[in-house]
Amino acid sequence: MGRIRVIFQRELAGYFATPIAAVFIVIFLLLSGAFTFYLGNYFARGQADLVPFFDFHPWLYLVLIPALAMRLWAEERRSGTIELLLTLPVTMWEAVAGKFLAAWCFTGIALALTFPMWLTVNLLGDPDNGVILASYLGSLLMAGGFLAIGSCISALTKNQVIAFVISVVISLGFILSGFPLVLELFSGWAPQFLLSAISSFSFLTHFQSISKGVLDLRDILFFLSLIAFWLFATATVIDIKKAES
Amino acid sequence: MEILVKIENLRKTFGPIVAVDGVSFTVGKGEVLGFLGPNGAGKSTTMKMITGFLTPTSGAVHICGHNIDVQPIDAKKRIGYLPEGAPAYQDMTPASFLTFIGEMRGYRGATLKRTVSETVEKVNLQSVLNQSIETLSKGFKRRVGLAQAILHDPEILILDEPTDGLDPNQKHEVRTLIRAMAKEKAIILSTHILEEVHALCTRAMIIAKGKVVFDGTPAELEGKSPTHHTVLGTIAGVDPMVLHHHLMTVKGVKKIEELGRDGDLVQLRIYPDDGEWILPDIGHCAREQGWEVRELYPDRGQLDEVFRLLTTPKQTIS
Repeated sequence: MGRIRVIFQRELAGYFATPIAAVFIVIFLLLSGAFTFYLGNYFARGQADLVPFFDFHPWLYLVLIPALAMRLWAEERRSGTIELLLTLPVTMWEAVAGKFLAAWCFTGIALALTFPMWLTVNLLGDPDNGVILASYLGSLLMAGGFLAIGSCISALTKNQVIAFVISVVISLGFILSGFPLVLELFSGWAPQFLLSAISSFSFLTHFQSISKGVLDLRDILFFLSLIAFWLFATATVIDIKKAES
Repeated sequence: MEILVKIENLRKTFGPIVAVDGVSFTVGKGEVLGFLGPNGAGKSTTMKMITGFLTPTSGAVHICGHNIDVQPIDAKKRIGYLPEGAPAYQDMTPASFLTFIGEMRGYRGATLKRTVSETVEKVNLQSVLNQSIETLSKGFKRRVGLAQAILHDPEILILDEPTDGLDPNQKHEVRTLIRAMAKEKAIILSTHILEEVHALCTRAMIIAKGKVVFDGTPAELEGKSPTHHTVLGTIAGVDPMVLHHHLMTVKGVKKIEELGRDGDLVQLRIYPDDGEWILPDIGHCAREQGWEVRELYPDRGQLDEVFRLLTTPKQTIS
């Protein structure tokens, strides 16, 4: 565990040593605010909750998280530091977990900085803070899911632009997998059980059920197992691709 | 001699390409093994397998008795590795980078601080300690790479082209550093620079097309040169025919090659019979004849010639 912590700290410090942290956090806060107030009609709804705020998170993450994740492994491979990192006395999963957790923690920090939203809604009305807390948790879990996907794609290529674009497309697939756009791709030929399996992978469905305030263990497990799967895939991909310099 | 690195029949294929083809050797404490070979010969791939970055297709690497595929952590703890091009996290400073490496190597608190500052002193990084690595010159970047490799005072050092791209002063510094550590460790370094083998190595190994084509001391390597122990001479005011006639009578002289003329100066290369040391007798002959000798010196042999002989496919060497 000690080595995961060391990698975690270095990575997290790395975000703040470069403009990445500032740019990401500022854009995230600006966009989440703008979406909530303009697109979400926060005031006009006249309700004391943060539904319009959280509703836009999947779409914000769709663009911002791949941008954050694209450098995770692509940068290590491009600069050759992957060779340095993996010849230190560290196991592959420690390296994968340490880097992922740092990125996840960083999105957590960005998410936590939206607390003025929560303050505002509490000043204006009397919201159900349990629901808000659950929504925050759901949002964080969903961010982890997107990050784990991005981590794996980032391990596939040295080119960060390619990593970004592919991550966005795959993430979009996971957001929409319960929707006709994705399901119709399969509906002609795939058996019914596969269709319902695919639709059960929808980030939106799981996120929305958490953000209603119902902390169903199944939704939490969905995101956690999804993260575990994609991190396992990350380690496998790195192992296969590391021979290519 | 204590064996620290043991390589058994190491093989690595990438699809149809055989990068390393059955390499076996051992390296003991106090040895500095120079890896030579053309680009793409398999030097770096071999080093990447020794350090546990790549998994061999077959064969085994033992580091102080630990198989690197079976006990990777125990093996990696004993290795310091400078990958090709000395990669480092560019946005970090040498201070934070070396602290990170130290923590990964298990150092904490006061020990960590002391280890980092000792290493910084060894490689002379004090002046740039708090600059980001990306702003450093090539020489400093290389020193940062060396620093991370030697930080934990490893028993085994693997250095992939440690002096590549450095200016002569920087090369000298890096070599001095390596020489200072040589007695206590087993060192494997790869290089393109053949003089480096002389300057640093106790043993040279040439790899071509994934196979070891030579393994011996640098002196033995020179001995493979066709010009090894030939004598080069510049003599003034004597007819080349006369020179040739007298020199051929000297014991052990096999043939004489005229390299050129400049006015009344004649330049010669004199080849000995196998293993003969002909310089004293040639000197004696010149004095006897009263020739005006401007230069007379033995050639140790051109390493790059041997290198070409051993690594170009057409040639074979006994």
